[in-house]
Amino acid sequence: MGELFTLFISAALIDNIILSKFTGMCPFLGVSKKSSSAVGMGAAVTFVIFAAALVTYGLYYMVLDPLDIEYMKLITFILVIASLVQFVEMVIKKFSPPLYKALGIYLPLITTNCAVLYVVLENIAQNYNFIEMVVYSLGVPVGFMLVIVVFSKIRERLEAADTPKYFKGNPIGLITCALMAMAFSGLAGLV
Amino acid sequence: MNRWKNFTSGFVRENPVFGLYLGICSVLAVSTTINNALGMGVCVIITLLLSNVIISVMRDIVPNDIRIPVYIVIIASLVTVVEMLVNAFSPALAESLGTFISLIVVNCIILGRAEAFASKNGVVDSILDALGMGLGYTVSLLAMALIRQVIGTGVLEFTNPFDASQIIFSFTIIPSDFTVSLFSSAPGAFLTFGILAGLLAMYNGKKQEKAEAEAKAAKAAAAKAAAEAKLKEAK
Repeated sequence: MGELFTLFISAALIDNIILSKFTGMCPFLGVSKKSSSAVGMGAAVTFVIFAAALVTYGLYYMVLDPLDIEYMKLITFILVIASLVQFVEMVIKKFSPPLYKALGIYLPLITTNCAVLYVVLENIAQNYNFIEMVVYSLGVPVGFMLVIVVFSKIRERLEAADTPKYFKGNPIGLITCALMAMAFSGLAGLV
Repeated sequence: MNRWKNFTSGFVRENPVFGLYLGICSVLAVSTTINNALGMGVCVIITLLLSNVIISVMRDIVPNDIRIPVYIVIIASLVTVVEMLVNAFSPALAESLGTFISLIVVNCIILGRAEAFASKNGVVDSILDALGMGLGYTVSLLAMALIRQVIGTGVLEFTNPFDASQIIFSFTIIPSDFTVSLFSSAPGAFLTFGILAGLLAMYNGKKQEKAEAEAKAAKAAAAKAAAEAKLKEAK
């Protein structure tokens, strides 16, 4: 139990997917201008990561591994992710048109969100068992959501701040990320 | 001329990394040493070149509705091949790049160029576009790696990618007491990237301002000449 908790904390905070693994940067910079769309994006990514992890884990150990075609994993995984994203897109379009509009182009782009592919590949590479896989695939999106929401709040304030003209927008956002990453690296003492 | 412009725009004006913010995940992650940067750059150029060529050749056969899944499968197969080659010929590089070779599949530059360029243009143009964008990516990656490696470790070192024990060159630039190890870790990546992106925006912005100012001055001069001509006529 303790080990699982440690795994969760390190997936969510210490080895944060954005601030220390650098994956999922595109939606992170693209959708973090308003905190409401950041929450929506976080939720969509959480669902896609978790569902994709379950499906790909099953596929890998029940189909690819017994058939000795592990090298097909990249192609299979990316197709699983693409179909899941399509599904999420349809659901959001039906139930929350304003959110659908706010996420815009970034919704189909979850397919090419490296965070999703990173998590499903890492599940296999680290030889996680089923429970560890579930914990890890929940911890990572929790960390993603936390950072993207915090960052969107900072960004709303940054808009009003007096930054040098050419550093407005993404460059100053990235420098803010650097400060956040420094703060998060302090959490390494947690476990 | 136009083709040459397509080729060179990837370096500065439309730099895929610092200008368009494409593929930045891998840039942040693998820019720790110039070895990694060059290795990753070559992998991306090969994948981008092959995917652009294949997609450009197939652009009339692929139905429009399912083009994205088709592109992704093509790219994923190419990346699998590249990954196997790297594992076979350069285990040290494979070790230090880790998952990021597989993550080339989701590198926005490749799908972005497939969708925006290769699916609409001929093979030759697509090859030039792939080379331009790929080199733009590699140059950005190398610039980041150069800064981070020199400030972070103080040593500029390049080893033979096919044989990790063979060092090609190694200079000590900053004495080890004065290095800032922050630059080798995650915050340094964000910091370097933010500053470089800001500087590129400044360069592009200043150039545009200058062009605008020149256009304005030319217009003013023309107006003045016209007014003088009128005055002369009146006399």
